Amino acid sequence: MIDSGNTAWMISATALVLLMTLPALGLFYGGLVQAKNILSVLVQCFAVACLASLLWFLAGYSLAFSGNGAWIGDTHAFLLAHIDRAAAHPGLAIPESVFVMFQMTFAVITPALIVGSYVERIRFGAVLLISGLWLLLVYVPVAHWVWGGGWLAARGTIDFAGGIVVHVTAGVSAIVVAVQLGPRHEFPHGIRPPHAPWMVMVGASLLWVGWFGFNAGSALSAGGDAGMAMLVTHLSAATATIVWMAIEWIRFGKPSLVGAVTGTIAGLAAITPAAGVVGPLAAVLLGAMAGGICFAAVLLVKQVIQVDDALDVLGVHGVGGALGTLLLPFLSMIGWGGVPSAHGMAGQFSAQLIGVVSVALWSAVVTFAITKLAALTVGLRIDHEGETIGLDFAAHGETGYHVMR
Amino acid sequence: MKLIVAIIQPHRLDAVREALTAIGIQGMTVSEVRGYGRQKGHTEIYRGAEYKIAFLPKLKLEIALADGRVDDAINTITQATRTGKIGDGKVFVLDLEQSLRVRTGETGDDAL
Repeated sequence: MIDSGNTAWMISATALVLLMTLPALGLFYGGLVQAKNILSVLVQCFAVACLASLLWFLAGYSLAFSGNGAWIGDTHAFLLAHIDRAAAHPGLAIPESVFVMFQMTFAVITPALIVGSYVERIRFGAVLLISGLWLLLVYVPVAHWVWGGGWLAARGTIDFAGGIVVHVTAGVSAIVVAVQLGPRHEFPHGIRPPHAPWMVMVGASLLWVGWFGFNAGSALSAGGDAGMAMLVTHLSAATATIVWMAIEWIRFGKPSLVGAVTGTIAGLAAITPAAGVVGPLAAVLLGAMAGGICFAAVLLVKQVIQVDDALDVLGVHGVGGALGTLLLPFLSMIGWGGVPSAHGMAGQFSAQLIGVVSVALWSAVVTFAITKLAALTVGLRIDHEGETIGLDFAAHGETGYHVMR
Repeated sequence: MKLIVAIIQPHRLDAVREALTAIGIQGMTVSEVRGYGRQKGHTEIYRGAEYKIAFLPKLKLEIALADGRVDDAINTITQATRTGKIGDGKVFVLDLEQSLRVRTGETGDDAL
């Protein structure tokens, strides 16, 4: 039975989640690259969004959400066949069409998150090939395992809005692509700084707002779960921001804007899996941990391991998402408003750990194969001259900033 | 005639313009430029990583003057830009062969 209140919220939430990719993620990433690569990042995000949408229509939705197989869905809803205008999604009070579209916006942003790892040096053809195959071979199966009635759902793994399905898959895959692609040729000591920190802030702010649709929308209804999800999402983001700023202030003497808003995204990624089961106090604790641990993870990847995951997709998204996923069995017991697991802390933790580890492994192995295939067919890297000129002109024939009038 | 080329800190521009106007010097051309000297740029930190910024933003002033005004102008510019800190800038003086006011066709000191 379709309910108009639930439906109205879910249509709004869906629009908010699309806003996270277009333009929020584009601006967040675009401000972090050099001026000569700004348009390439925007077009990568835009094209991945459209490609993922079509693949979701063709096969993705059906393989993720139709059928109850342990590993993968079925072909019943290929081409979005059998989606009845008047039918509610099974078990929910919203139309099937709205559920398809809401989930589509998640399928859009997840491959787009990986853009952050390969910016400033990848071929556009490789972006499309990797993103398309990745959506079907990594995102779709994992979405089915966790949200579509697959084997992780059967084990009781909790991932409210995508700590595993979105952030662990994207974060782990990002570093796999970055390793195979190789670093930007100035990495690590000659890299240019972010060309527009203000743009990073605008993107992060839009992500923050869009995240209300992402997390509160993942209640799939308009009620107490959605309301609490929004509240804890906001608190985690605010806390992680303050913590990241404080760390920079103490370590480097000055708190930076880019650091502050990176903390915001870390806090948002961490609360994502837990937004349905923790209360406000636990959200503040999680946000604080996300700020500190993601800060350390970024340094570890970039400066210790020295992998050029250019915009820190693993350190911020992957680690943040995994952190919230692994801590939620404990955090749901803390403070007020949480929903403690029926399996107990230890039982739930084991389900969470199996989820994170198995999805990380699947993401790494399949992404390695996809990237290898792209290397052997369309080629991964633009040539050295194109990288020096910048992808805007070298790959897309246009220029972001015409400064002479 | 001389051409003064002064490289200054961007935030001192208003002070220089006001001081030069006060001693009756009437025109200048300003460009946004980047450069480094003995200071060799500075470092900025983003997400914990240090970036070397070799070329710092500066302003380049170009002022054409009759010979008799040059010492006054140099002193004024120096007073208005000196903070005593590294990066205050430099002043260069070049011989100027000719000048011409496009609208009237005047040349030499009359065109300044």
